[in-house]
Amino acid sequence: MTFAETPRTPVQLRACAKTFADGTRALEPLDLEIAGGETLVFLGPSGCGKTTTLRLVAGLEAPDPGGRVLFDGQDVTPLPIEKREVGMVFQSYALFPNMDVAGNVGYGLRVRRVAEAERAHRVAEVLEMMAIGDLAHRRVDQLSGGQRQRVALARALAVRPRVLLLDEPLTALDAALRERLRVEIDALLRRLGITAIYVTHDQSEAMALGDRIVVMRQGQVAQVGPPREIYFRPANRFVAEFIGTMNLLRGSRRGGRLQLAGGELALTAPGAPGEDLPDAVETEYLFRPEAVEVISPEDASLSGRVASALFLGDRTRLVIEGVTDRPVIAEAAGRREFADGDRVGLALDPRDLLRLPG
Amino acid sequence: MLHGTTQKRGWGFWAQLAFTLLVCGFLILPALLSMLAGVTVNFFQGLSSGLTLKWVFQVFELYSDTLLLTLGVALGCLGVTLLIGVPAAYVLTVRQSWLTRLIEEVVTLPVAIPGLAIALALLLTYGGFGEFRRSWGFILVGHVLYTLPFMLRAVMAVLASIDIRTLEEGAASLGAGFWTRFFTVVLPNARSGILAGSLMVVTLSIGEFNLTWMLHTPLTKTLPVGLADSYASMRLEVGSAFTLVFFVMIVPLLVAMQTLSRLERRARSARPLADDRAQAPAVKATAVETVR
Repeated sequence: MTFAETPRTPVQLRACAKTFADGTRALEPLDLEIAGGETLVFLGPSGCGKTTTLRLVAGLEAPDPGGRVLFDGQDVTPLPIEKREVGMVFQSYALFPNMDVAGNVGYGLRVRRVAEAERAHRVAEVLEMMAIGDLAHRRVDQLSGGQRQRVALARALAVRPRVLLLDEPLTALDAALRERLRVEIDALLRRLGITAIYVTHDQSEAMALGDRIVVMRQGQVAQVGPPREIYFRPANRFVAEFIGTMNLLRGSRRGGRLQLAGGELALTAPGAPGEDLPDAVETEYLFRPEAVEVISPEDASLSGRVASALFLGDRTRLVIEGVTDRPVIAEAAGRREFADGDRVGLALDPRDLLRLPG
Repeated sequence: MLHGTTQKRGWGFWAQLAFTLLVCGFLILPALLSMLAGVTVNFFQGLSSGLTLKWVFQVFELYSDTLLLTLGVALGCLGVTLLIGVPAAYVLTVRQSWLTRLIEEVVTLPVAIPGLAIALALLLTYGGFGEFRRSWGFILVGHVLYTLPFMLRAVMAVLASIDIRTLEEGAASLGAGFWTRFFTVVLPNARSGILAGSLMVVTLSIGEFNLTWMLHTPLTKTLPVGLADSYASMRLEVGSAFTLVFFVMIVPLLVAMQTLSRLERRARSARPLADDRAQAPAVKATAVETVR
């Protein structure tokens, strides 16, 4: 299979900053190494600079003087996009309405003057791979959203790009389809082993697809790391609260225990070496809803009152008040039913607690 | 409503229909009478004098040169507006800035300014260049000034509606340089706008009177000027025959324009198909297998 020979191009960004003509700083100087064959996801709210970064790699934007983009050690900064040999999938797909599916997919090969027989062969191969062989002669406006998405991917891959760039490729689709295509894209990227840069504002997409995630905020990198690290060991409050749900406990620390409105919490596990932190009048800890165990209030040193219970099938999502000054969200597994006003106890492994700079 | 309602139509419907037909009749009747006059032996005696093509032939004899000139100017005008208008529309769409908006406004001005004023300005400025003043090129310049905004608007509207910038970025990402993109992506996708603009330009150029009347010389007369001339100096029947010739030329163009805009509307209302939840197969199962 020809796609085994996919290049695994490492990409490097050196001091890449971007200031737009109107003076807006879209990206602070960024240094980033992307390993060959890696899938790197840029994640962040809109306006955080993630798309700008992608466009810098693509060659659709030039970095401010001093910034450099390297593919496999080669400086591609002065090259426009058409010379960079990248494959790009746009949020709106940007399929050419004047060509049918095969025409779109074969466009890059036509531009490269690949002989017609070879071109037809390669187009058929990519269409087959994307399971859209039967759509070859459809017009673009006769395709569904999901089909368009596949055609856009096929078109980007047909030229065997050095790097695959995806700019929010699933945002325009409905939730169910998005979920399915996410699995497909993941399988495809892993199978091809191509270096891929993926931009999204959807954290579950980022978690599912990324070998590493770059969380961005206001033109700066908030954290870079594998999905598990981003989730379990967020570097700062922004990352912790942007990814998933985080609870905040605010209280005073005395003798290794956290004093809260709803009781107290051991900050070191028995037998485990804990941090020896000085006492503090006001301190904050964070934890994820799934880290807390809902137990009976008699057995717990920390308790609160159920403010609302949302049955989700496999678990019940509880909003608990009276634990600290903010409501705490907890998830209870099993069949137990909760009514508003119920007193519940909370058990928390201190290892699941995070202390983060603001 | 259009597709046959089953309920009985009330008197309101018939009243409206009658009124509409009356208005249409009022508007169409003069045109019909005028054309009929062109094939009547003697208009003042009425149809009883018999029908003839004599006047039509006489028009061809006397004004065939204006006919050719009109077509020549229209086609020349089309050529120039295509050559200037299409690239200009592209630039104005892709590069949005205060300058391009200003240019767009300035180029559109001739639509609002009376043709006479434009003609006067042209005469004041270039009237001294004798050769140019006497050539049909002088009329061509006036027509280009007047029709260019129509070409520009038609092409710009289409380019804006298809998000040409992203399409071009897509083409560029696949390795296409500027000229390749322009000829394989920009022009083909602007086709409907170019076609609509072209029909508009030709129709307007053929029918243009205000400007042309000021700019023409006895040797450079276009159809509408000839029409005015024949009404002023010939038998009424000849002038009417002239109207007939004019109609025969212009009506197919108008019909083509209507057809085109209808096709365009239909193409645009074609929505993408609903999403294929169940039947679309997942990317080859084997592909997934090799990964796990």
